[in-house]
Amino acid sequence: MTSTVADDTAAEVPDGLPDALLRVRDLRVSYPGRGRRAPRAEILKGVSLDIRPGETLGLVGESGSGKTTIGRAVLGLAPVQSGSITFAGERIERAGAARRRALSRDLQVVFQDPYTSLNPSRTVGDTLGEPLSGQGTGAKEARARIAELLDRVRLPADAADRLPREFSGGQRQRVAIARALALRPRLVICDEPVSALDLTTQRTVLDLLLEIQEESGVAYLFVTHDLSVVRFMSHRVAVIRGGELVETGDARSVTSEPRHPYTRALMLAAPVADVAEQRRRREAAQASAPTPSSASPSAPASPSG
Amino acid sequence: MLNFIARRIAAGALLLLVISLLSYLLLSIPDLDVGRQLLGQGADQAAVDAKNVSLGLDRPVLVQYGDWLAHAVRGDLGTSWFTSEDVATTVSARLPVTASLMVGVTLVATVVSFLLGVWAGVRRGAVDRFVQVLGVVGYALPGFLVTLVIVLVFAVNLNWFPAIGYTPFAASPSGWLSTITLPVLSLSVASVAGVSQQVRGAVIDVLRQDYVRTLRARGLPMSRIVFRHVLRNASAPALSVLGMQFVGLLGGAVLVEQIFGLPGIGSMTVTYTTRGDVPVIMALVMLTVVGVVLINLLVDVMIGWLNPKARVA
Amino acid sequence: MSGNLPTGAAAPPRTAHEAEPEAGAGPGSVAPGSVRGGAVRRLLRNPLGAASAVVLLLLVVAVLLAPLLAPQAPDVSSLGDAFAGPDAAHPLGMDSAGRDILSRILYGGRNTLGGALIALAVALALGVPSGLYAGYYGGRFDSVAGWGVNLVMALPAMVVLLASRAILGPNVWVLMIVLGVLASPSFFRLVRGIVAGVRKELYVDAARVSGLSDTRIVVRHILVVVRGPVIIQVALVAGVAIGLQAGLEFLGVGSGSSATWGAMLNEAFQNIQRAPLLMLWPGLALGLTNGALVLLAGALRDVLEERGGGGPDGGRVAPRTKEKPSLPAAPVEAGARSPLLSVRGLTVVYGKPDGTRKQVVHGVDLDVRPGEIVGLVGESGSGKTQTAFSVLGILPEGGRIGTGSITVAGREVAGLPERAHRALRGGTVAYVPQEPMSNLDPAFTIGSQLVEPIRQVLGLSRKEAAARALDLLRLVEIPAPERTMRLYPHEISGGMAQRVLIAGAMSCDPELLIADEPTTALDVLVQAEILGLLRRLQEDRGLGVLLVTHNLGVVADLCDRVAVMSDGRIVETGTAEQIVHSPEHPYTRSLLGAVLDDAPAREPWQQRKARSTTV
Repeated sequence: MTSTVADDTAAEVPDGLPDALLRVRDLRVSYPGRGRRAPRAEILKGVSLDIRPGETLGLVGESGSGKTTIGRAVLGLAPVQSGSITFAGERIERAGAARRRALSRDLQVVFQDPYTSLNPSRTVGDTLGEPLSGQGTGAKEARARIAELLDRVRLPADAADRLPREFSGGQRQRVAIARALALRPRLVICDEPVSALDLTTQRTVLDLLLEIQEESGVAYLFVTHDLSVVRFMSHRVAVIRGGELVETGDARSVTSEPRHPYTRALMLAAPVADVAEQRRRREAAQASAPTPSSASPSAPASPSG
Repeated sequence: MLNFIARRIAAGALLLLVISLLSYLLLSIPDLDVGRQLLGQGADQAAVDAKNVSLGLDRPVLVQYGDWLAHAVRGDLGTSWFTSEDVATTVSARLPVTASLMVGVTLVATVVSFLLGVWAGVRRGAVDRFVQVLGVVGYALPGFLVTLVIVLVFAVNLNWFPAIGYTPFAASPSGWLSTITLPVLSLSVASVAGVSQQVRGAVIDVLRQDYVRTLRARGLPMSRIVFRHVLRNASAPALSVLGMQFVGLLGGAVLVEQIFGLPGIGSMTVTYTTRGDVPVIMALVMLTVVGVVLINLLVDVMIGWLNPKARVA
Repeated sequence: MSGNLPTGAAAPPRTAHEAEPEAGAGPGSVAPGSVRGGAVRRLLRNPLGAASAVVLLLLVVAVLLAPLLAPQAPDVSSLGDAFAGPDAAHPLGMDSAGRDILSRILYGGRNTLGGALIALAVALALGVPSGLYAGYYGGRFDSVAGWGVNLVMALPAMVVLLASRAILGPNVWVLMIVLGVLASPSFFRLVRGIVAGVRKELYVDAARVSGLSDTRIVVRHILVVVRGPVIIQVALVAGVAIGLQAGLEFLGVGSGSSATWGAMLNEAFQNIQRAPLLMLWPGLALGLTNGALVLLAGALRDVLEERGGGGPDGGRVAPRTKEKPSLPAAPVEAGARSPLLSVRGLTVVYGKPDGTRKQVVHGVDLDVRPGEIVGLVGESGSGKTQTAFSVLGILPEGGRIGTGSITVAGREVAGLPERAHRALRGGTVAYVPQEPMSNLDPAFTIGSQLVEPIRQVLGLSRKEAAARALDLLRLVEIPAPERTMRLYPHEISGGMAQRVLIAGAMSCDPELLIADEPTTALDVLVQAEILGLLRRLQEDRGLGVLLVTHNLGVVADLCDRVAVMSDGRIVETGTAEQIVHSPEHPYTRSLLGAVLDDAPAREPWQQRKARSTTV
């Protein structure tokens, strides 16, 4: 955390925001290396962050930065080596299976790929009923809730009886959002929820997520590689590189006046749809980044997130 | 790569050890009174006991196994209980017959399967349908039934080849060829059916890879792409199926040798195992497992050579 | 199949033409669909499936009713009638001991099929649960079970069965239990492989996050996927078990005197010279049973595959329009045709397996002049990549240019034979693909992949080509090019791989570069470098570039002119400034409206009033 630039609005570490819903401290995740004596692959090297109720924290980074792993660790899908995850005052980094099932009321997820996050052989209604049945909701009540959810994400009511393959990518992602909302959670991990979608679809899904947050006060951990998306969606932004946060702050200051050189490089590298502006940025980027980073020899592509 | 081979050999040795121990223990479960069987019902008990002691059967099973193992690693596989032949000698006398069969089948199956599979995968059409029908037939018909039909057609009706017997290669190469042709043909049918399907599928898979399109876009002719890039990438899955089929081939050899009256390991298996001749059974089991381990090693090394990514794992 | 037990990896043969791959099935998706209600009905509609099901049913019924159907008991013999031909009382004739063949076939089937049933039950009971557990939980059990399975699979079934007979006695039923043990690895491996694959699917993660217990996840998400393949494997293993059992009986090591198909074949073989026809009936019974089982498995597999996956294009965008009559190409750019690349009225058509055709590009006009970068912009399914592939002549199987004209360097390529079209590729027109890793052959070094086409296209010697390849790697700013030449694709990063592909495209000095989303798969910092590289190459060499992309930022960065494509048509063309700053077509406007570059950053978080959480 040596390179972290202090947050303007709140002291992130060590005490953090006083009213945080999710509090992550010094989180470390590593996987056994390939081969017997290979060192463990460190994915997260001590990450700390806070999310308040109803807040969106945007987590932005390149592939292999560990951004997806943070969300998975919070959900109990990645092995936590050390550090703590506190949700609503309760330590959950080592929660057992039963505790996890109870947590599913409050903690939900929308994955990146709407093609593999829905079981192709189960109807949309089956998929939406899953969290409900997990909590023991009755059949009749569940049906009513499913209709309500479909309406909320603006899918037709008859969608419940259809299979995922009858829907486009954007519609499938709406189903995934409805599934996440089924139990009225307090925090939803959004793991690159729009990167697999076309531009126009992307915008409508983002608008839907914002609208839901306004209405319900749900908090989002919004993981993405796209700075313009994260700026649009997030109250605060955290930039991650190589398993460490390099900069945290409110969306406007991080994306308009980035303090860390890495954030600056990211900002300048993303091309904008404005010919003159893009020329200016390109020249600025060339001035500030002399060595090509992709040309480092023999660095195998790391798995995403 | 050497490290990889060394690890595989060590794993194979461990496998051999475990299988030999398990087999020995299992073979000792039935309380066969071997001495009684050998000397007949009329023999008196003292003689039977003496026979059992001379065979070492009065000792605990694990001691017997240790004794067997200590000799086996030195190449001494003991003597048959029933015929008093030296097992190693008997086995090595019969090995060339089965080896000819195996090598012949592997060669025929590899060459024919790759020809058919590549042709079917690239050109599709009639050859493709033929390979698919062959696949069904090969799976559907038990090997010995195919063998019987082949005997009926080529030996009994057409009389092109002898129906029975074996001529060693050293005695007469042409005689060897004529006695080995039908057995090899019989065993190859199933292999070709399975492997050509696999080659076909792999070829179709590889043809759809992005890099094939990119190589085409670079101006390489399709024939060159097929014979250099597609063949190499499609070989690995086909080879692993070939390796797995080897185990089945050993079983098939039992029936085929029996039908053609070939004096090989397979027909030996039938005669000796049914009598419960433990030293011979142990030798046969070890021999087949060694064969399987070696073939798998060979396949792994070849796959590693074909596919650099596999070398890491 | 010579006693070869099918393994998880060995594929059952197919009865019909292989189903085309489903592009939309998603990466790593295993799901061959489930056997829900309609599957049985569809199976029966499949002629081979229905026929084999009927044959199997008849066989089973006949064998069960043997005491009613058989003319006499199987062991009644009258030596005087040995080898007697068929007559009214004995429809299939008599065997060498004067026993009725039909009766022996019917009763023999009871032993043969019953034995196979026992073997199957044992194999399923051992293989499926252990495979489920090992695949779902992995860990130590998985390693130990995997080792045990390898051990069992190293044993030739026939040899073990013979040895078992020596130990356990000549009881066929006991031998079939042993066979079941020997066959269980094929179920273990099959189930374990599928479950381990499904376990990684995001929808299983989603189910866990939804609060489902492991048992529920297995029941809801895993069993459905396993069920179909297991049923197929049952049919195949049944065939193998029947074959092995008959083989044992044939060797005479079965249960001695009772009638079985294998024993009947043995008896026929003994009399092969005198009465070769004796082999017919037991052989037929065996072949028919196994053939029906294998065909049933194949048909079942076809039926299940029909179900899995989405439409032919993955249906990412609204369903494709059915074939429309090709328009008399409204010339958007009817002016003089460019000498480098000129496309007029291009349509691209795909033939579908059911014989119908689908048009995916409907009359495209496009020009790229020398030294110009033209962006072809659109969302997925708009037909932009199909247009690019048409120029290169590398449309996927089933696709072809319908009507229209494409000239490359003045040469008409629509309808050009493959050989002549190939002569243009590499030297005149070159291609940079989207996904760097999958576009390099994993089995060859970077160097050999660069050198091979250079030698082919330019006719250089190996040494000259290698020198040229080194120069190219320097050109695309790869450090340590000598070392990189010797590396395999999996040893370099994605950004490096894309540089290698660009080097390959530039290797034979093309005049026109077709770049299909060249930076979409890359991280943003690498993307900026690759865009810079493309710009420099284009400036230095006066290349014409057709840049296919969905990213309007990339368009603004690199392109001189832009064509916007939607649903197989070009809806608007203009300079990059025109398109980005004053779009005219509503579709272009909606695209730009979705861009978030100019959207304001979100306001900082504020404490909310406590609100009811209704969603």
